Amino acid sequence: MPLLEVENLVVDLPVSSGTLHAVNGISFNLERGETLAIVGESGSGKSMTSLAVMNLLPKRANRRANRLVFDGIDLANAPNARMRTLRGSRLAMIFQEPMTSLNPSYTIGNQLTEALRCHRSVPIASARDRAVQLLEKVGIPGAARRLGQYPHQLSGGLRQRVMIAMALMCGPDLIIADEPTTALDVTIQAQILHLLADLKREFGMAMILISHDLGVVARVADKVAVMYAGQVVESGAARSLFGTPRHPYTRGLLNCIPVPGRTTPGAPLGAIPGQLPSLIGPQRGCAFRERCAFAAPECAGDIAFITAEPGHDVRCVRLGALGMAA
Amino acid sequence: MSETVLELRNVTRAFELSQGAFRRAAKLTAVADVSLKVGRGEVFALVGESGSGKTTLAKMLLGLLPPTSGEILVDGMPISPKDRVAVSRRVQPIFQDPYSSLNPRKSVAQLIALPLIVHGVGDRTTRRAQVLAMLDRVGLSPRHYDAYPGQLSGGQRQRVAIARALILKPEVVICDEPTSALDVSVQAQILNLLLELKRELGLTYFFISHNLAVVEHLADRVAVMYLGRFVEERTRAGLFASPRHPYTRVLLESVLTPDPDLGVPDTRIGTAAGMPASELGCPFEPRCPSAAEVCRTTVPMVRTLPDGWTTCHLIEEEAAIVP
Ligand SMILES: Nc1ncnc2c1ncn2[C@@H]1O[C@H](COP(=O)(O)OP(=O)(O)OP(=O)(O)O)[C@@H](O)[C@H]1O
Ligand SMILES: Nc1ncnc2c1ncn2[C@@H]1O[C@H](COP(=O)(O)OP(=O)(O)OP(=O)(O)O)[C@@H](O)[C@H]1O
Ligand code: SF4
Ligand SMILES: [Mg+2]
Ligand SMILES: [Mg+2]
Repeated sequence: MPLLEVENLVVDLPVSSGTLHAVNGISFNLERGETLAIVGESGSGKSMTSLAVMNLLPKRANRRANRLVFDGIDLANAPNARMRTLRGSRLAMIFQEPMTSLNPSYTIGNQLTEALRCHRSVPIASARDRAVQLLEKVGIPGAARRLGQYPHQLSGGLRQRVMIAMALMCGPDLIIADEPTTALDVTIQAQILHLLADLKREFGMAMILISHDLGVVARVADKVAVMYAGQVVESGAARSLFGTPRHPYTRGLLNCIPVPGRTTPGAPLGAIPGQLPSLIGPQRGCAFRERCAFAAPECAGDIAFITAEPGHDVRCVRLGALGMAA
Repeated sequence: MSETVLELRNVTRAFELSQGAFRRAAKLTAVADVSLKVGRGEVFALVGESGSGKTTLAKMLLGLLPPTSGEILVDGMPISPKDRVAVSRRVQPIFQDPYSSLNPRKSVAQLIALPLIVHGVGDRTTRRAQVLAMLDRVGLSPRHYDAYPGQLSGGQRQRVAIARALILKPEVVICDEPTSALDVSVQAQILNLLLELKRELGLTYFFISHNLAVVEHLADRVAVMYLGRFVEERTRAGLFASPRHPYTRVLLESVLTPDPDLGVPDTRIGTAAGMPASELGCPFEPRCPSAAEVCRTTVPMVRTLPDGWTTCHLIEEEAAIVP
């Protein structure tokens, strides 16, 4: 049985001019110890997807799913109290905005030890030890001294790392990391990604990694889902997806980034003209068609997933015409 | 090298940090004894971790912040913050955040025309024509003329910032993380635009970025900064093919290319992040994976290399290739 099953997840947000379809029917499974990365440009629904799993969506949001099951627990119908217990013990989240999960009026030490002691009865001294150990692992020097500091006394990068340590305090089964290293230096980024990979190996921690950095995703993920306008347009094992990207959007994204040794310095980079379409109102057809160089009339109709290789699915009706079908 | 357009001579900038009423203010040296020359038409890139002093250096180049000591020359003439307005004709900035660097209450036309007004260039009619031509140049349409920043996407806002920086036909553009806040697809558009404008207008860029793949894509020369000091300065090709300083090497090893067969490298220097520089020896010594005894006791001198220089005890001097 997978650790997490998500089937046909929908998140609608009422806005003044109608309904905004932030997440429009996405499905994925996650096994223990597996890392799924979700990539896609700003506004594609990555954060809404993770907040939907954690049941932390904005109040007005309307969440529906055929299945939303974590280790046999039906998250779609779990009472709030049950969700609160799960979050912070077995499910943890690293938020995109670090200040949202640090309380300005408590010290770092207090918040880290509480994160553990809320859910497990451990002596305060061992909670402190674990806090220091994790702070050191996320690259915070003089960790013991930091315990007495308040969030506002730390730089943005340090706060981000404290948050990562806090999410790891309970040894969660699943961690959702929303752009965990975007604000950090590349050296620290490498160190934190290394730590997360260790935890996955040692304790079988599963992870949903949200990132728009294709380099990070390729190096860390077992499988990848590419999101566009609230939908998954391509998903598959990292090796298959990066080896043979098939959807025009995925290929466009990969052509946008300079890759040492692959792109010629100074030569124009690939570009995807245009912008994300409006997510307000009924959505039909391929959401990428306005920007797609290969669009044809049939792209305005319903688009089903095509399995290009076992486990590698693509949502594009023109795969055959593009020579990209199985 | 081509004619020097920008030069720094032993530039240092310190800040006083207040420690409360009864304690002496501590001193933080954000930029320490930096010298550099940028040739006309070059892209000079500056990399280094957060807090290493990159933005402080950029602010001094723009005349927004005076150096504590040392000299900054543009076209061979020393500049001082007193002639900020004169400096701004020649050196213009593009900053990271297109959201906060544009006044939300000014229209696109007002934002782009402001430098012309400040410098008393042209009249209403010629300014309008110049702004429209510039909009076209940076890939915006005339319908954006009366738009406000709030109505534009991140990429469009960064195009407005570029138009504003270029309207006075500056010689040098200081780009401080110009694409870090943007999606990769928008980043590609902006990088393509910057390269195109450079070729057409003969611009010189001083380009700050923490994205080393981007730096490798567009730089001619690269300087690596560590705690306020330059530790290596090389040609692009030389630096990326054979980084010499141990810090540069760690930095390049940490670059994650989209290659699923390679995992995440274990660079092992992060745990000491934020360690103070050693007082006597090499500033990088506390974190350096190859540090030797001499590194703890003696400040390393500059080692000349065929295409630049570095400061590390363990690097052998190599003769410079005299062109
Ligand atoms: N509180 C909200 N009310 C209304 N719409 C929202 C709200 N939060 C997000 N949205 C919209 O929902 C869509 C999906 O947003 P989401 O935050 O999931 O994107 P994302 O993929 O995480 O983007 P980013 O990379 O910028 O973090 C966007 O169109 C966004 O504008
Ligand atoms: N006005 C100021 N007063 C006191 N300290 C300052 C001031 N401006 C910068 N500093 C300090 O100087 C050092 C260099 O800062 P700077 O902003 O130049 O770094 P940076 O390399 O641009 O970093 P980042 O990559 O995070 O933008 C930092 O330690 C910073 O805290
Ligand atoms: S379905 Fe059509 S528009 Fe969409 S990606 Fe495929 S070819 Fe392009
Ligand atoms: Mg998000
Ligand atoms: Mg900076």
